[in-house]
Formats: sequence, structure tokens, C-alpha cells
Amino acid sequence: MKICVLVKEVPDAAVQKRIDPSTMRLDRSGEKNLNPFDTHALEAAMQIKEGGAIPVEEVVAVTMGPESAVRALHKAVALGADRSVQLTDDALAGSDVCATGYALAKVLESESPDLVLLGQQSDDGECYTIGAVVADHLQMPSLTQVIKIDVTDGKLRCERQAEYGYDTVEIELPAVISVGDAINEPRYPSLKAIMGAKKKPLDNKAAGDVGIEAGQVGEAGSKTKVISLNPPPAKEAGEIIEDEDTNETVEKIVAWLDERKLI
Amino acid sequence: MPGILVYALHDDEGNFNKNSLGAISEAAKLAGEIGGACSALVVGDVADDAAAGLGNYGAAKVYRAKGVPEGLAQPIIDAMAKVITDNGISYALFGGGLLGFEIGAGLTARLGAGVTMEVTAVKVQDGKLVAERPILQDSEIADVGYVSEPGIIIGRLNAFDAKESGGSAAVEDVEVELSAWSTKATMVQRGEQRGADVNIEDADILVGGGRGLGAAEGFKLAEELAESMGGAVAATRAVVDAGWYPYATQIGKTGKTVAPKLYLAAGISGAIQHKVGMQNSENILAINKDPNAPIFEFSDLGVVGDLHKIVPKLTEAIKAKKGG
Ligand SMILES: Cc1cc2nc3c(=O)[nH]c(=O)nc-3n(C[C@H](O)[C@H](O)[C@H](O)COP(=O)(O)OP(=O)(O)OC[C@H]3O[C@@H](n4cnc5c(N)ncnc54)[C@H](O)[C@@H]3O)c2cc1C
Repeated sequence: MKICVLVKEVPDAAVQKRIDPSTMRLDRSGEKNLNPFDTHALEAAMQIKEGGAIPVEEVVAVTMGPESAVRALHKAVALGADRSVQLTDDALAGSDVCATGYALAKVLESESPDLVLLGQQSDDGECYTIGAVVADHLQMPSLTQVIKIDVTDGKLRCERQAEYGYDTVEIELPAVISVGDAINEPRYPSLKAIMGAKKKPLDNKAAGDVGIEAGQVGEAGSKTKVISLNPPPAKEAGEIIEDEDTNETVEKIVAWLDERKLI
Repeated sequence: MPGILVYALHDDEGNFNKNSLGAISEAAKLAGEIGGACSALVVGDVADDAAAGLGNYGAAKVYRAKGVPEGLAQPIIDAMAKVITDNGISYALFGGGLLGFEIGAGLTARLGAGVTMEVTAVKVQDGKLVAERPILQDSEIADVGYVSEPGIIIGRLNAFDAKESGGSAAVEDVEVELSAWSTKATMVQRGEQRGADVNIEDADILVGGGRGLGAAEGFKLAEELAESMGGAVAATRAVVDAGWYPYATQIGKTGKTVAPKLYLAAGISGAIQHKVGMQNSENILAINKDPNAPIFEFSDLGVVGDLHKIVPKLTEAIKAKKGG
């Protein structure tokens, strides 16, 4: 079987993220990294491959993003993917969830995967929805926020939390699964894997190569439009105590609790 | 008719989800402003009375797809897509919850529709809906409009309040043909409760424990602190999924919503999905070693430091104070 893992390059957690007011898009300058939630999807792919319940021929990392996003693919390959595919095209810039999901589905279609894995969310977009959009385009069954995957008789047995507790769901392949961050503890790449990452095959694709219709992506293909950006309602900033002398800190906390009649 | 369709989720006993009822009331209000009606979709074996009862929250009409199973998104996507297309509905609105995200996302693909999520408010501009969507960890709010219909709006947990207005909805049964891929996922078990059944909703004081407690054993610290104040212990999804603490104590999007007099968060980062379940607490005190943790943005007192050093001493100090 072939597993495709969707990955994304996002601003590093330490970078203060902002929207560029001229384009209403995220300012993507500054330090970037592989979306931390994607490392759980890569780890899940590796565990299925190593688990041996179903033979896995290939794990392919797939991204859509500007040229710089190749670094996210190098990290994905260092974490175990056998090769990677990058969809880059100026026409894709400014795509909303609807357009992004369509474009990703198209590039995935060109790989005919048996399983598509992705992380629960991107650190910058916080949309939580791409997996389900992609699944409907690919006409595959799907589940998001999965924290356990077992492969039995060529099917997946998945667990996740929904509104009323834990659900256990059996899913036939091919399928699209987004994994929660509790599913595993991602491994660290070995030095050798990091050094070798750039030598693994990388396919570059433009929108036309995978049959993406120009009118359906980018700003033109997007169905939502950001009208304005506003600051959230002002909330009085809380008091902050830095713990230097713990006895003193505790005294301050107790006084604060006492003042509010909480103890 | 520029109508708004709401998916009304129900549990295995047939009780409708509070967030779905809130979405119906919100949709009814908005539909009035854009000159349309609010309708709801229910799936599975929902009784006539129960379906018609959604009228009490503002639904003028309830579409019932008896042949569609409840609990998994894809069959419901088939049902919603059919109802939206057959009736020329302009918007679909979902209350906060996991299934709404999956259904809304699937509809986006199916209908080529724009989607917004984690929406905290919806307003009407020029006869169209505009969603207020917090972004970048709630540091900004984007007003997002739709360039075409239908538009999909996925609310944040507790964003919309259910309002009883009296009234009863007309119920119409719909036959839905399921897509081939919608039948390839099967629910084996729904809503399993893991760990002890604990009641945290009535506590005036809650000590919330997160991954920062380090291990299941770390919850001992939280329990001792809670005990010293006569409170109970709550948890994040991260630690519940890790098996450190029972599901019944989980606060947030897929857990409980609480509003105690004091919420003391120990080793909790303050992710939005946790915040939505506790942000209405009267007083929020957070202990976290990371000065940039989002929890500090909405706490009344933030203590930057190692909880393993602070919490045991705090427990002792509170005990001493109460004893003396
Ligand atoms: C669809 C969906 C639904 C979700 N539903 C829920 C939900 O219902 N409830 C929920 O809680 N989450 C939910 N989540 C998950 C949520 O996004 C977060 O991942 C989760 O809340 C994080 O839990 P945490 O704060 O315990 O862990 P982390 O985010 O890992 O935070 C741990 C914190 O502990 C601090 N820390 C570490 N060591 C120490 C120390 N020694 N002293 C002091 N501080 C320390 C760290 O600085 C960090 O801030 C959901 C996510 C999604 C996508």
C-alpha cells in the first residue's frame, strides 16, 4: 500500500504571527518550520509501515506551498518518508479552505494513495477541516482527530473523541485520516537521515501538471473573502507574577485568593 | 427563499445537543434579518414530537432523514447536500462540536462552498451573512463574507445560545441516497466513557491539570491542591487522551463547559479548544513555566514558574491558612 502524508510549512512557534493588511493574508516572512502537528501524521505512517499488519511500499510526503516549503519536505523525509511531492504554483496563492482542499485533492489523485494521513490542524491556519474537504473530493471515507489506528484484515480501526465520549470506527481503505497529537510521540530524525534527506526523490508539480483548473484555486477560486480585521474585545490584562522566590510567590497567590474570598 | 439550514445532533437517547439548539436559535434570528426561514436537519430514528419540538428553538421546518445513521459525518454530508440543493438554501450553520466541523468541511467540497470555522458571531451586511472568525490564537478577529451561495458557517463551542420561543416545526421526511464512500466507515462503538464517572460541573473551585503535570502521577499535586480548597480536579484533552485522567473531567470543545468561581490551571497551555470550556469562570489563575503560554492572555492572575515547585507549597500554605 501507498501512504501519502500531507505536510505544511508554518511560521516557527516563536515567531509573532501577523496578517499583512495589504493582502489580508498571513505574513509568512521569518523563521519557518514543519507544522508540528504533521510530525504525528508522519509518525503514524511509520508505525503502520513498521507494524507489518499491512505491507507498505511507500510513504510519500506531499505539500502545497511556495518554493521555500521544500524545507518542510526535507524534514518529513528525514522523519521517514521515502520521497516527496511539492505542488507549487503562483496561481495557488491566496487559496481559502475550499480552494486549498481542491488543489490538495488533485495532487493526491495523481499519486493514487491507499491512505492519506494528516495532522489535526496547522499551527497557523487553525482550520481543522482540510482532511474532510480532501476526503470528499477523493470520494474516500474519512475521520478526523484520530488517536489510535489499528490495521486488521486490511481495514482501519480508529478511535477518537467526539461529542459524547470515545468513538470506535471501522474504515475501509482507501481513506483519509487526520490524527490528533495524542496518537503518538514522534521520533527525532537521526543525523544520518537529516544528511540524506536532500538526496531522496522530490517531484515538483505545477497546477496544470495535476489537472488543477486555474479558476478553482487562488483568490479567484476562493469562496470566502476577508472583509476586515478587528482587534478582539479588550480584556483587562491579568496580573503576572514571575516566580523567583517560591515562598514569596505562594504568599502573593494566597493573598490574591483571599482577597476574592476563594479560600 | 434565502434559508439557513442547521444540523441538529442528538445522542443515542435522542437528546439534542445544546450547541445545535443554540445554532437553531441563531439561524432563526439571522434568517429573519435576511428575509428567509430557519430549517433543521435530523438523521436517524427521531420521533415526530422530538423533531417538531425543534420549532421551540426557532426552526420553521425540520427535514428528517430516517435512513441516514447518526454519529459519522459523511452520510450526513449526503443528506445536507441534498436538502440544500433541493431547496435552494443559502447557508448552513453548525453549533460548536466536532461533527459539525467534518460535515461543514465535506459540504465545502461537495457544493464548492466557502467555509468559516470557530466563528464567534454572525452578522448581516447588505442582506448577506458575515462571520466573525477569530484567528492567530484569537489575537485578531476577521470579518469574513461569502462570494457565492451556499456559505458554510461552523460556530465555536457555546457561541450561540439556545432560546425557547414556543412553536412547533413542520416535519418533512427526506429520502437520501448515500454516496458509495459514505458507507465505508462503520461505527463500532459510540460515546464510550473512559475512566471514573466524576462530577465537576457543580464545583465552585476547579483545579485544571494539563500536560505540564508531567505524568499521571502528577495529578496527585492537583488533587491535593483541590482538596485543600474544597474543590475538584479537571483536565485537558491531552492528558485524558494520554490516559492520565478520566474523560468525565475533560473541559473544552469535546468535553464539558464549566464556570466555577475559581479555575486554577496548572500546566495548561490554554489552547482555544480548552479555553471555550472554561473562559466564563469568575476567576482564572494560571501556573505555567512558559511566559508566552496563551493561557496568560485570559487569566486574571498568571504565575510564571515551575508548578512542581509552586503547587506543593501553595497547598501547604492554604492548609495552614485554613487551619489557623
Ligand atoms: C477538534 C479538537 C477538539 C479538541 N477538544 C479539546 C477539549 O475538549 N479539551 C481540551 O483541553 N483540549 C482539546 N483539544 C486539544 C487542544 O487543542 C490542546 O491540544 C490541549 O488542550 C492541550 O492540553 P495541555 O494544555 O494539557 O497540553 P500542552 O498544550 O502541551 O500544554 C502544556 C503546558 O504545560 C506547561 N508546562 C510544562 N511543564 C511545566 C511545569 N513544570 N510547570 C508549569 N508549566 C509547565 C507548558 O509550558 C505548556 O504550556 C482539541 C483539539 C481539537 C483540534
